[in-house]
Amino acid sequence: MLDLVWLIPAFPLFGFLLILLFGRRLGEPAAGFLAAAAVFGSFIVTVAVFFELLAIDEHHRSHVVTLFEWVPVSSLQIDMALLADPLSVTMALFVTGIGFLIHLFAIGYMHGDPKFSKFFLYLNLFVLSMLMLVFGENLLVTFLGWEGVGACSYFLISFWHTRDSAATAGKKAFVTNRIGDWGVMLAMFLGFQAVGSVSYGALNSAAESGALASSTATGIALLLFVGAVGKSAQFPLYLWLPDAMEGPTPVSALIHAATMVTAGVFLMTRMNPMLAAAADWAPMIVAWVGALTALFAATIAVAQSDIKKVLAYSTVSQLGYMFLAVGTGAYVAAIFHMVTHAFFKALMFLGSGSVIHGMHHEQDMRRMGALRKVMPITAGTFIIGWLAIAGVPPFAGFWSKDEILLFTLAKSPVLYVIGLVTAVLTAFYMTRQVMMVFFGEAKWESHAEEHGAHGDFKPHESPGIMLFPLVVLSVLSFAGGIIQLPSFGIIPKGLRHRLEDWLHPVVAPGEAVISGTAAYDAKEWLAVLAIACALSGILLGVLVYGRRKLRAIEPAILADGWRYDSSVSAFMGGPGRRMFDAIAWFDAKVVDGAVNGVATAVRSTSGTVRRVQSGNVRNYAGVIGIGVVLILAWFVVLRGVL
Amino acid sequence: MFAQELFVGPSVDWFALSPHLVLVGGALLLMVVGSLTPPWPRGLTALSTVMFTAIAAVLSVFIWKDVGSDGPSSIVGGVIAVDRLAVFLTFAILAATALVVLMSDGELRGTDNDGPEIYSLLLVAATGAIVMVGANELIVMFLGLETLSLALYVLAASDRRRSASQESGMKYFILGGLASAFFLYGIALLYGGTRTTSLGEMVTRLQGEVNIGGNDALVLAGIALMLIGFAFKVSAVPFHVWSPDVYQGAPSNITAFMASVGKVAAFGAMLRVLVAALPFYRDDWRPIIWVLAVLSLVVGSLLAVVQTDVKRMLAFSSVSHAGFILVGIEATGWSAGENGMFSSVQSVAVYLGLYSVLVVGSFAVVTVVGRGGDTSLDGFNGLSTRRPTLALALTVFLLAQAGVPFTSGFVAKWGVIQSAVDEGSYWLAVIAMLAAVIAAFLYLRIMVSMWLRPAAESAESVAVPGLSGLAIAVAAIFTLVIGVYPQWVLSMAEGIAAFP
Repeated sequence: MLDLVWLIPAFPLFGFLLILLFGRRLGEPAAGFLAAAAVFGSFIVTVAVFFELLAIDEHHRSHVVTLFEWVPVSSLQIDMALLADPLSVTMALFVTGIGFLIHLFAIGYMHGDPKFSKFFLYLNLFVLSMLMLVFGENLLVTFLGWEGVGACSYFLISFWHTRDSAATAGKKAFVTNRIGDWGVMLAMFLGFQAVGSVSYGALNSAAESGALASSTATGIALLLFVGAVGKSAQFPLYLWLPDAMEGPTPVSALIHAATMVTAGVFLMTRMNPMLAAAADWAPMIVAWVGALTALFAATIAVAQSDIKKVLAYSTVSQLGYMFLAVGTGAYVAAIFHMVTHAFFKALMFLGSGSVIHGMHHEQDMRRMGALRKVMPITAGTFIIGWLAIAGVPPFAGFWSKDEILLFTLAKSPVLYVIGLVTAVLTAFYMTRQVMMVFFGEAKWESHAEEHGAHGDFKPHESPGIMLFPLVVLSVLSFAGGIIQLPSFGIIPKGLRHRLEDWLHPVVAPGEAVISGTAAYDAKEWLAVLAIACALSGILLGVLVYGRRKLRAIEPAILADGWRYDSSVSAFMGGPGRRMFDAIAWFDAKVVDGAVNGVATAVRSTSGTVRRVQSGNVRNYAGVIGIGVVLILAWFVVLRGVL
Repeated sequence: MFAQELFVGPSVDWFALSPHLVLVGGALLLMVVGSLTPPWPRGLTALSTVMFTAIAAVLSVFIWKDVGSDGPSSIVGGVIAVDRLAVFLTFAILAATALVVLMSDGELRGTDNDGPEIYSLLLVAATGAIVMVGANELIVMFLGLETLSLALYVLAASDRRRSASQESGMKYFILGGLASAFFLYGIALLYGGTRTTSLGEMVTRLQGEVNIGGNDALVLAGIALMLIGFAFKVSAVPFHVWSPDVYQGAPSNITAFMASVGKVAAFGAMLRVLVAALPFYRDDWRPIIWVLAVLSLVVGSLLAVVQTDVKRMLAFSSVSHAGFILVGIEATGWSAGENGMFSSVQSVAVYLGLYSVLVVGSFAVVTVVGRGGDTSLDGFNGLSTRRPTLALALTVFLLAQAGVPFTSGFVAKWGVIQSAVDEGSYWLAVIAMLAAVIAAFLYLRIMVSMWLRPAAESAESVAVPGLSGLAIAVAAIFTLVIGVYPQWVLSMAEGIAAFP
């Protein structure tokens, strides 16, 4: 079975090709079901691979399947190979599993869209790319997937490109992601230069054995981190993720919450020996970027009024937690939080999609309220997601967040405080969202009148195909913590640290050891403190937005995201844009002759030649002349005479 | 009285010269027979032209093998080199020419140019290009250059329906004449400095007599002027100014020819002059190549993004490609004349070979889509619904131009960047990657147009003539196959290991 790993990406590839060729003939809903079936096929194979790996002892849990030798030339040996090991299979399990559920949801959500089959075309292509990213045996195959998910993300964000904002958002995602890609490309070349290979095995063992100079390892690790910052929307490149919410909601759930944005965390975990071999300050940079992004994004989420923007900033913040974990050497906790976050954030994004669907594409939370009465299942599942992200035991999010905080305290108390404050804020803004959307008074009734075009406006519960994924995900959000329970006294020994044992062969080189530290000994008390923080955040949220006992404080600067985005846009749109325009203008007017213009002019005047001779050609010759003078000066004066 | 027997012409190895002869003979044959017979059935002229290139290619295969067994040599009194680099680039030129000929059939059909003339000129131009990449003597190189250029001036202006085409030809002619003058003056100065125009002799003279008689400044000035001529022909910034206009104005099939064959010929000749004849001046010319490379990479990529016409976009993108090739040439400048130099030379040759097919494929799609004369980006809107396979093919070409893994473009880019890194040109490698990052935006813009934007109501239906479709399919399959299985091109290039 292990040799059949290639089947996992093959299913969505097949689905993609079928929809590409017959998409329009399949139409709605067959194209959607085909795409979902393809992803489900991958899921089944992944589960089989998982159980097979589980049966092997932990030192042999890494299986490489070489599809073909890509470049077997002496200087450049790169294989098109897939790597099945605990890390890639863990990722693949939730990519295909959650991916399948989101495909199902999308069949309901995209109902009636004129580009229905095209949507699933991109969605399958995305799953294919994501699986290549995850299963790549070397940086190059991963990079191929990395670029692929980026392109799909771009396509899907601007899926409704007739909206201007969607097109702009797509562009922003592309540009910021390219900065990250550049980092990965440089890391790849640096690694190749230093080790002579881009395969993870070779790079990591070089880092572990100390064959790699610490400075080189630092360079590679930090360049990879640049890539991770772009892909996983960390400060300062997080800008694109909130805007990416212009895409259809299933896309937000799949790409911008559960899977693609965690690719950065995955890559850092995959290369964890590199970070361990790097200078001490390199992991600290990762941890600080993560912690500050977590706090920063959480403060912004407090004041958003768009239901999806809250979740977007929350995603940025939770990804910050994951990088905090990576930076403190808590790789297991990072992956654990990645998995639980995938459960509850996908749940809430789909829930918000269900709300938006039920509210006829209204996304402003100030126009919602009391929706639990008309959408009971959406409300119920969303509330489970809320409790999970807020960190209330025994929901999944509590366990993963608690573990990250534990490792953080062992490393640095300052980071721990930042993490804790973020936890309070998280509980608070999620409570705010739940209160505004599902509790309180129904604000949509007044809104219904101004919305007269819709006839009698009443939110409605979504169809079964959309509710089924919600229910499954809410079960996972509730019980997902079971994969990695801490060693508290009351928890049976057999249930503890399952994920850690499973991932051990992959993360062992980089994983921090904290048993014996003061933080570790006080772990039960820390858990109590975390629960207290979560509950106080929730209580505060209920008092402000539920009971209206306290006045809401939502400074405009927070709603504007600390004006970071607008400042960057102002710079890029102002001086940056002007500079670019100036270059283009110079090119078009001074250097270049726009042929179109000239050609039209020519037709109206007499002859071609006269115009040309008096027009651009002289400018061109001038530019060439300047080049000639400079080159001659270099050769004759600088190299010859001097 | 002159004793007649005193003049002995050089002995000629006719077989090593046979690819040239086949192409010239083919051109003459087409002209003569074509003018004496009634109009040929559709496609026949193109197919017979392709046949001539195929014969030349087959003969080149034998020459390749001969070079392998007998080692490199020079023929006709030492003016034409028969070595692996020359034959490798000959293959690239022949392949690109054949593809251009195939797509020309569809472009020319139904116009008053539909006769043997264009095809003859293409063959003549290809001959000039092959002479250039094999020239072991500067005067012969200049002859090759002029043969190529004069044919191209006419070809660029050949679409008599559009004034833009004549404008393009005229601009190319005036500026190309300027560049040729610089080039020729450079040859003269080099001759003045070294008393020879033969590349092989030049390198020995420079080795022994350098600086004797104060000729150094002459040599340096000669190198400068020749470099300017080359930089113009490969359209490196700032000598690229002509190329967007000329590329846009010329008929698309001719643009494809200029961007592929023209660049291969100029880069091949440049590589030979710099590496084979001037290795002792490498510290003088390498910094200039560095600057040209950086300017071409950055300016080409940035300006490509802001264009609104696809042909213009591809013109600037080809400027950026020239920058990448210059990255490889810069790398040769660190070890020219030493043993290790051929790995960089190989990377340049591979880039040229793969790029020429890639760019012809891209322009072939543009030719088909823009047949009505509209090559603006909007004209590509919704191509995926109108012509899905065509859109898919262009997507393949664009991805390859962007250097995405598992396309031939990645193999090419990886090669030159690796050469630069191996030689320690880290900054150049970093800038090259940055340029690749910027340029990707351009390729994405075209793809978005094709796949995401709906077609305009008035959009004309796109007909794909059979032979153009064949050219596009061959180029696309080549691009993908090389991307997945690059070994044979790379190992073939590894044979490039000596000059005569």
